[in-house]
Amino acid sequence: MPRITFTRALERFVKAPPAAVEGATVGEALAAVFAVQPTLRGYVLDDQGALRRHVAVYVNGAAVRDRTRLSDPLCSDDEVYVFQALSGG
Amino acid sequence: MGSRLYVGTRKGLFEIARRDGTWDVVDVQFLGDPVSAVLATTDGVLYAALDLGHFGAKLWRRDREGAWHEIAVPMFPPKPVSADDDPHPWSLGQIWTLEPGGASGRLWAGTMPGGLFRSDNGGESWSLNEALWHMPDRRKWMGVAGGEQPGINSVLIDPRNPEDIRIGVSTAGLWASTDGGASWQVINRGMYNEYMPPELREDPISQDIHRLSRCSAKPEVMWCQHHNGVFRSEDAGATWYELTAIRPSKFGFAVAAHPQDPMTAWFVPATKDERRIPVDGKVVVARTRDGGKSFEVLTKGLPQRNAYDLVWRHALAVDAAGKLLAFGSTSGGLWISENGGDDWTMPDARLPPISVVHLAEA
Repeated sequence: MPRITFTRALERFVKAPPAAVEGATVGEALAAVFAVQPTLRGYVLDDQGALRRHVAVYVNGAAVRDRTRLSDPLCSDDEVYVFQALSGG
Repeated sequence: MGSRLYVGTRKGLFEIARRDGTWDVVDVQFLGDPVSAVLATTDGVLYAALDLGHFGAKLWRRDREGAWHEIAVPMFPPKPVSADDDPHPWSLGQIWTLEPGGASGRLWAGTMPGGLFRSDNGGESWSLNEALWHMPDRRKWMGVAGGEQPGINSVLIDPRNPEDIRIGVSTAGLWASTDGGASWQVINRGMYNEYMPPELREDPISQDIHRLSRCSAKPEVMWCQHHNGVFRSEDAGATWYELTAIRPSKFGFAVAAHPQDPMTAWFVPATKDERRIPVDGKVVVARTRDGGKSFEVLTKGLPQRNAYDLVWRHALAVDAAGKLLAFGSTSGGLWISENGGDDWTMPDARLPPISVVHLAEA
């Protein structure tokens, strides 16, 4: 199963431990996590289900291409990493 | 417990109260996180809206026992293909103002990108006001500060009738509903917008309302700090006349109506508008007590040299008696008056940039 790791910056707000989940696409894998932890969804996705502008998702070290429908395919041994772009002061 | 100030900043929510005879910070929550709106309701519940740069807008509620819980945020519905040409995003940008709805558990949330939301269960769930959002004229609304998102900055509920709702929008004028939000009309006349093309200068939808405030005891009296001046209405926002006596300048963001006296209001003017700093480096409050015919410039206890504090639209508050006032600045300055603005004191704190000052009474 693909394995998803979330940035530790989320820990202040919501539980987001690493997880191994079923999913043929990035969207399906995230949906599997959100089914267990619904609050997390709004931290990663906007109201239309796209990735938030300042949230990045990488698969095996490469940024996903489809940030709107999250259709990038996943294989069973893929590593998905969800993190934020740092900014501000 | 006396009156308390809830000060929302770019880096946390600060609670200020009297301790040993002086105003002091007594609690800090959400340290490090931007706070965009605060509401303390009369049942002892506190709401704080966060604007997390990466993770979106969030809403938290503190119950009467003092425990904080994250609650639902307003959400926009799935965007249909027919709305592909909508200039505004169908996704919550920021909760800009929270207001009690005049009924138990009812709240209104004014947001960027211009959606108005209602909760009837203390924020456990929210519903978009569809009539306002699907109105064709909503696409004429302009974004705040040149951005893509218009913002509902003021929600005024008539204390005599919770079905009577007026909202102020940056930038889209004043919209009114007399049927609880089932239908809306833009009603403001008498304002002018200097930066618009000449043919739209007096167009009601083109008015850049920075903030509205209404007199609780005489709700038909409203005050407006507009991008181009200060205005007053005696018919609940339909007809406005400019208060040209305002000093030292007519630009600013914040306004507070005296809750009891319809002739009194406070403003915090700034140099307009390309350079948003106090006039001559002096922080002052302008007060009228004669309906805007004349203004006093209040300075006692406020910095009168080398001060570059700007006060945003939600960062001036007054209590129900019209005696206790507080305002906060983008430089983190916080000033409190207990005599209607005659004298001001500053707590011993250097706060982050302040976006909202909310007053809760004992």
